[in-house]
Amino acid sequence: MSDQLSAWQLIVSGDAALFAIVRLSLAVSLSAVALAALVGMPLGALLALTRFPGRSALVVLLNALMGLPPVVVGLAVYLLLSRSGPLGAMGILFTPMAMVIAQTILIVPIIAALTRQTVEDLWAEYRDELTAMDVSPTGRMTTLLWDARHSLLTALLAGFGRAAAEVGAVMIVGGNIDGFTRTMTTAVALETSKGNLPLALGLGLILVAIVLTVNAAAWGTRVWSERQAG
Amino acid sequence: MAFRVSSLALVFFGLIAGCAPAVAQDRSIVVASTTSTQDSGLFGYLLPIFKAKTNIEVKVIAQGTGQALDTARRGDADVVFVHAKSQEEKFLAEGFGVKRFDVMYNDFVLIGPKGDPAGLKGSDIETALKTIQRLAVPFVSRGDKSGTHSAELALWKQAGVDIATAKGPWYREIGQGMGAALNTADAMNGYVLSDRGTWISFKNRGDLEIVVEGDKRLFNQYGVMLVNPEKYPSVKKELGQAFVDWLVSAEGQAAIAGYKIDGQQLFFPDAEKKGS
Amino acid sequence: MRAPSSDLPLVLDEVSLQAGATAILDRLSLTITPGAPTLIVGPNGAGKTTLLRLCMGLTAPSTGRITWGGHAAGAPARRAILFQRPVMLRRSVAANVTYALAQAGTPRNQRARRAAALLERVGLSDLAQRPARRLSGGEQQRLALARALARDPEILLLDEPTANLDPAATRSVEEIVLMAAQSGIKIVMASHDLGQVRRLAGDVVFLVRGTLCEQARAADFLDHPTTPEAAAFLRGDLVI
Repeated sequence: MSDQLSAWQLIVSGDAALFAIVRLSLAVSLSAVALAALVGMPLGALLALTRFPGRSALVVLLNALMGLPPVVVGLAVYLLLSRSGPLGAMGILFTPMAMVIAQTILIVPIIAALTRQTVEDLWAEYRDELTAMDVSPTGRMTTLLWDARHSLLTALLAGFGRAAAEVGAVMIVGGNIDGFTRTMTTAVALETSKGNLPLALGLGLILVAIVLTVNAAAWGTRVWSERQAG
Repeated sequence: MAFRVSSLALVFFGLIAGCAPAVAQDRSIVVASTTSTQDSGLFGYLLPIFKAKTNIEVKVIAQGTGQALDTARRGDADVVFVHAKSQEEKFLAEGFGVKRFDVMYNDFVLIGPKGDPAGLKGSDIETALKTIQRLAVPFVSRGDKSGTHSAELALWKQAGVDIATAKGPWYREIGQGMGAALNTADAMNGYVLSDRGTWISFKNRGDLEIVVEGDKRLFNQYGVMLVNPEKYPSVKKELGQAFVDWLVSAEGQAAIAGYKIDGQQLFFPDAEKKGS
Repeated sequence: MRAPSSDLPLVLDEVSLQAGATAILDRLSLTITPGAPTLIVGPNGAGKTTLLRLCMGLTAPSTGRITWGGHAAGAPARRAILFQRPVMLRRSVAANVTYALAQAGTPRNQRARRAAALLERVGLSDLAQRPARRLSGGEQQRLALARALARDPEILLLDEPTANLDPAATRSVEEIVLMAAQSGIKIVMASHDLGQVRRLAGDVVFLVRGTLCEQARAADFLDHPTTPEAAAFLRGDLVI
């Protein structure tokens, strides 16, 4: 990416490197959200609907893990995926796949904890009706998750926001390789360390605009969906 | 409902597939190098030339020299390209490298505030460092086991200053890259040792300027090594060796010399015919 | 999927329910047999809701036994219950009914047709595609009835279903309940509206402070109560 041009000029001229970076950032963070939802939502629903010894401790732990430092997650995943680590043979260190894995680990607690709270609140309301209709345990989970979909969308957006904004994990497991694992956040970090502060700021604003767009799209989806089914 | 779920699944797998390593990128190597080399823009210039000739994609992980060597020690890089000879030779002795080749050199410069409050202009580097310590003016250190950091520590030693005990609040170790160190020096009106390459391409100079240069002791040698495939069979030894060979070849050396910023050459090729 | 056995007669034998120190129900014995609707009446706090929940199997008694057709609690296949405030699923009216049909075991290819028939029965056919949460109180209660009837129940329990409804909505709900009774479903309904008791009841169960105070045919209870509490209640006095 040319250092001489400002961020605005890069957008207007359709700079290929900039768009590749944006595309990668979105692909990594959105994939992480999708994977984290696949793992975190059933986990949160399960935790909301079951009772077992140690459940309270698990809930507290899950809530606390929402504050996992990204750089620590990055380091842990790096040590796992390194050639001298247990999963080194997979050869996915310094690739986008490693970044997706690290971000997924980071945001599963957010999605699971928020899902648990949402489903638990809804279960209090739905308990009698679902029990009266003799709904199976898995049926309860799917029904509550679907009926809570608007609140859960907010949980997904919280996860996306965390993923799109973090730099520590993707820097360590991705390596910030030019043209391959460079995301918006690592690009901002790089330009800052090079002293290109106006460019770094401009890239940062582009990132904020993208996250804003994703949130606006989610909002629009929700409005449309509420019109359909309340 | 089923349609919605399956279309979501399609999008989801499309995203994942987009992130999966493509088969085509098998013709690639990972080179662990330093932030100063990267920030100078050398790779942006050299790698397209190399790729056009060999169709090998070079992926550069830019860290401090110490960290780059550690990355290679863990087998996560195929080639190391750094500038701290003593650390490189230790790496070689530990059996992690195959052979070390000189590639190029540049020099370090002492950067300081335009007013030069410590009055260092015109002195040699040893006198300058002694003065900095005596007057306790702010000095920014990389503090990150990088090549620049190693050179800085060696210079303190040569100047007769035991920096480990002599450092006070004036000595600021930031543990970050060269650009960050320059930014910090500008912000606190302090002095900092930088490689010339980063300095020339550095945009945010503020009130900084070169205070001491040209001293023979500021010479900064770069070396390249293939990571030992006997330690890590996963090392791409043919592709990695092709990169090493190209760097020291006449063509690669000419390319290095051809890299200029504002008409100034940054790196001076000095590979020998035989490896060291 | 039809349960092989019947839920009737529904027998409560010396059933008590404790909540901490208080007895919400105290050694209550009652038998529900097929026939005309049974209305449960009594002052607030008498235990009407708790009795219905026990009959449904939502709660278990602290002491005593409940049997359905001679069996202890099992899956509530042929029972359904309506609550005072129904909970609508966040989907369309029709989807709420197909959901109830699915949970009751209706094969997938029959659900749409049966849902349409049920909506017709409760008078909600025009609102089939509306989001269920946007219905009025009376419409929601009728949808809840459709969901309950989707289970093809033998017993339909209702907990003061018209307490929050205006007279027109009350009438539509009562019509559906009467039609269900006429089709052979045993209705067990809590009510605080004596006019409703007169309109719907076959027999009346009168609860006071968690005990069965009086049980009689509707006409007998309303016109010739035998206990002083029943007489006071019918007069409109507070029965403490």
